[in-house]
Amino acid sequence: MRFFARRIKVKKRDIPAGVWTKCRRCKEMVTSQEVEENLMTCPKCGYLSPLPAPARIRSLFADGEFHEIDARMRPADPLKFVDSLPYPKRQQSAEKRSGLPEAVVTGIGSLGGFAVACAVMDFEYMGGSMGSVVGEKITRLIEAAIEKRIPLLIISSSGGARMQEGALSLLQLAKTSAALARLDAEGILFVSVMTNPTTGGTTASFASLGDVIVAEPGALIGFAGPRVIKQTIQQDLPDGFQTAEFLLAHGMVDMIVPRRELGGRLAAILSLFGAPRFRSAAHAPRQRRPRREGAEA
Amino acid sequence: MNGGFDFEKPIVELEGEIGRLRALAGEGTVDVAAEIESLQKKLDAARRDIYGNLTPWQRVQIARHPQRPYTLDYVRLMTEGFIELAGDRFFANDQAIVGGVARLEGRTVVVVGQQKGRDTKENLLRNFGSAHPEGYRKAYRLMRLAEKFRLPVVSFIDTPGAYPGIGAEERGQAEAIACNLRAMAALETPIVAVIIGEGGSGGALGIGVGDEVLMLENAYYSVISPEGCAAILWKDQSKAAEAASTLRISPRELLELDVIDLIVPEPLGGAHRNYELAAREVKAALLGALDRLGRVPPGDLVRRRYEKYRRIGSFTEE
Ligand SMILES: [Zn+2]
Repeated sequence: MRFFARRIKVKKRDIPAGVWTKCRRCKEMVTSQEVEENLMTCPKCGYLSPLPAPARIRSLFADGEFHEIDARMRPADPLKFVDSLPYPKRQQSAEKRSGLPEAVVTGIGSLGGFAVACAVMDFEYMGGSMGSVVGEKITRLIEAAIEKRIPLLIISSSGGARMQEGALSLLQLAKTSAALARLDAEGILFVSVMTNPTTGGTTASFASLGDVIVAEPGALIGFAGPRVIKQTIQQDLPDGFQTAEFLLAHGMVDMIVPRRELGGRLAAILSLFGAPRFRSAAHAPRQRRPRREGAEA
Repeated sequence: MNGGFDFEKPIVELEGEIGRLRALAGEGTVDVAAEIESLQKKLDAARRDIYGNLTPWQRVQIARHPQRPYTLDYVRLMTEGFIELAGDRFFANDQAIVGGVARLEGRTVVVVGQQKGRDTKENLLRNFGSAHPEGYRKAYRLMRLAEKFRLPVVSFIDTPGAYPGIGAEERGQAEAIACNLRAMAALETPIVAVIIGEGGSGGALGIGVGDEVLMLENAYYSVISPEGCAAILWKDQSKAAEAASTLRISPRELLELDVIDLIVPEPLGGAHRNYELAAREVKAALLGALDRLGRVPPGDLVRRRYEKYRRIGSFTEE
């Protein structure tokens, strides 16, 4: 199944061309079209809005080889969770808003000619939160990377674990990290990319476990959210706290790479670590019959 | 505070009354035996009624009781010859997580656990059981030590959460927890985790991956504190009781979700009412778990642990 032909069209998410919007950082008026064409980067100040997963995949897998896996996996409602809205209603509106069935798209593709198993999170689906589906899709992707012996790439954009799945979402941190322990033991490369924002359970699990960690300029990255920290310590936070630049200065990430240059840099890293060239016959996933495994709850 | 919670008021009143009558009886002037007996019956009924029907939010309050036994209380009551080991060898000795080696019924185990303070001074030292990255890295070091000597790890979980602060972020709180999750998944020695009080999210999980996860009857384990969840989803922190129910954080519910493996009973009214009894129950449950794990061929341990976590989650595929 070819990704671009079939599965995902990049939606022009409620930002029709020619409409002016105000940049969240510099407050300048810019056209939405300009921002979109620039991979959601403000043309005035460079502020990076969360990039939808399909647009990210199109920008990285420029030769069009991205074979999505587990596209049919959807969230359940194991806790029958209701706050001001029932969880299934939140799922529906998230799907409408993001155009995706969950907060991560996973697949195997050709990045600069190299085979990679790649996950891209989408902040528009419930803040990119990690529930059972995100945990399961990422775990299966890691297992696919091990099986095919190809590098793993995860592009995170997430506010953390998904409250509506309670402790089940918390344990996805353990599940994905356990799979990464296997990847480690197999000697397979993992490149983690942290985009704006990457916080909470996502940083406290796979996003922080990359052999190489790349961050996007200005991205908010941290364990606790800035509001929680401010409330706890009853002090103002220092300028630039929890930005990608702050993390680089404190030794928590390897490099900061602008959105436009990410594909090139990733290809260079893959090349240095000896990633195999992408070959459809060897690397593209086999069509699988739908399984019901894991849906027991 | 020893006075108890609002929901315990009927119990506290009856206890007070019985105490007063006993004092009178001691003076030998009046015969109050019959009255004491009838009050005692009422007290037993009130205890059964109240403690047998605790709401999730009431359990959270018991889990946070300032007199609840903490990690070092269990270590003292269950083990012999405990030697504390300090520091992460990088930066500091975080006293919100303690650890060391001890003998448990004849076998040496490595203990790690979050430790709260009993008074203000100790709480400042222990940071209310909220660890910095150094705490997680200390635990990491001790777990590696356990692996080296194939000693079982016993992990006691009792934290409102990993500390959200400037230094914690600067020194990689997320990285420290993530590394522990990966390391615990692959550790070549048995791990038993016991949630003894508060199981506060990633901060709890950071020392909480185990072959078996035990949980005390009045402990809770949640992806977010009920207050935090209420503030975000209900925009109203006073809805914490509602959030506590909705999040399914009590042992019975977590057992059904396969998040934990075993519930450890507590003395009636909570572990703080009888440390010795609480410690006996925890010890018995721990020994049972260690015996079961002792029968697993060492080569199978990590694979079984992987499969245990691999199964967790709920989703559909059409
Ligand atoms: Zn701007």
